[in-house]
Amino acid sequence: MSEIKYITTPLTEETVKNLHAGDFVRITGPIYTARDAAHKRMYEALGRGEALPFDVKGNVIYYVGPSPTKPGEVVGSAGPTTSGRMDKYTPTMIEQGMKGMIGKGFRNDAVVEACKKHHAVYFVAIGGAAAVISQSIRSEEMVAFEDLGPEAIRHYEVVDFPAIVGIDIEGNDVYKLEIAKYAELLNK
Amino acid sequence: MRDIDVKEVTRAVAECCIDSCNNLPEGVLKKLEAARKEEISPLGCQVLDTIIENAKLANKKQVPLCQDTGLTVVYIDIGQEVHFTGGDLWDAIHAGVAKGYTEGYLRKSSVDDPIFLRKNTQDNTPAIIHCRIVPGEKVHIIVLPKGCGSENMSQLRMLKPADGLEGIINFVLEAMRTAGPNPCPPVTVGVGVGGNAEKATELAKYALARKIGEHNANPQYAKLEDDLLELVNKTGVGPSGLGGKTTALAVNVEYAPTHIGGMPCAVIFNCHAARRSETTI
Repeated sequence: MSEIKYITTPLTEETVKNLHAGDFVRITGPIYTARDAAHKRMYEALGRGEALPFDVKGNVIYYVGPSPTKPGEVVGSAGPTTSGRMDKYTPTMIEQGMKGMIGKGFRNDAVVEACKKHHAVYFVAIGGAAAVISQSIRSEEMVAFEDLGPEAIRHYEVVDFPAIVGIDIEGNDVYKLEIAKYAELLNK
Repeated sequence: MRDIDVKEVTRAVAECCIDSCNNLPEGVLKKLEAARKEEISPLGCQVLDTIIENAKLANKKQVPLCQDTGLTVVYIDIGQEVHFTGGDLWDAIHAGVAKGYTEGYLRKSSVDDPIFLRKNTQDNTPAIIHCRIVPGEKVHIIVLPKGCGSENMSQLRMLKPADGLEGIINFVLEAMRTAGPNPCPPVTVGVGVGGNAEKATELAKYALARKIGEHNANPQYAKLEDDLLELVNKTGVGPSGLGGKTTALAVNVEYAPTHIGGMPCAVIFNCHAARRSETTI
């Protein structure tokens, strides 16, 4: 197993250059949450020439819709949702300067190309590990679209958020590489 | 004849909602621990360690295993000697979902209209209800909170008689490879064969409502479940789709009589958090 890389957000060119598909990372710093409905609104806002509700430059968006926060907790359960549903909007967000995404599952070729072209990274968090992941979220603040409930945009401060590099700036895709490797090994 | 107040149903559904979302069934946890011992992929081992830790933490803190606490599928078997009192049964089931999801701090993931408004109903209703009338004077309820990451990878194919067993096997494997990491492996694969289009789909979902470790009572179908599990676990998808030999914990097949001209087959996945809770009134 590779060594764990500790990185901070917002992401810099220097940081993303050293990340490779399959690396274990721990992310510390601010991240923003957004999933289906928030992406749709941001995408439509950009289409109308309006500004986004937060500056995405160098920032990381976490695809998550948390469960409600229990009394005494900082945040509810907050694991990754399936990233592929955001593929339609992602190249535009990357063009706006977004440098990282956290989610789970396959991305399409357009996302891989945008990662290569603009040096953005797709991080994979473990789907269904929501209770464990929530422990790395230290604060939560509403940013925009509060009416969307779990789909609202929130600002999290995270410490050592556990993830794996899914797609690096060379376009390597951990899912494709690892599944192919084990498919071959198990069918020898 | 036995009178049952529908408030009992509301209470039972609410309890099952909270229990299923916070507490991974013991049998699933055991399967995960056994799979961890056999896994060969370093990333896969890391994933399995994390999801086992997650199940224990969620149980201890009584918080949801996963933020996606799903649309709520409710199977209700009603003994034909039962007479419900005190209100409408369907309303009572929906009220149980609303109570469970509100009091249990579970995420409300239901929108009222799929195309135009997509406005959150705020209490996770309506439940998706499957009802059967059975002999006896009891009411049996299974609650299956079903997340969308796995549900979105569902497939229905109208296979033909000439496709045979090979057609079924190839379709299941194709569905698994296409799904890859998306349904949060190691999955449970629900396969419904026969009936017509809606029956096959209903059977595939019902196959996921089984207790883990239970096989189809028909030995030929039980063997098919074992054979499919072995083949699915050779796809290389692995835990979280990050490679390895633990792609599925179980393959459950349900079947029904079908038309002379057809062999419909549906595949629906459940994530590694194979959540379910049941109770009897």
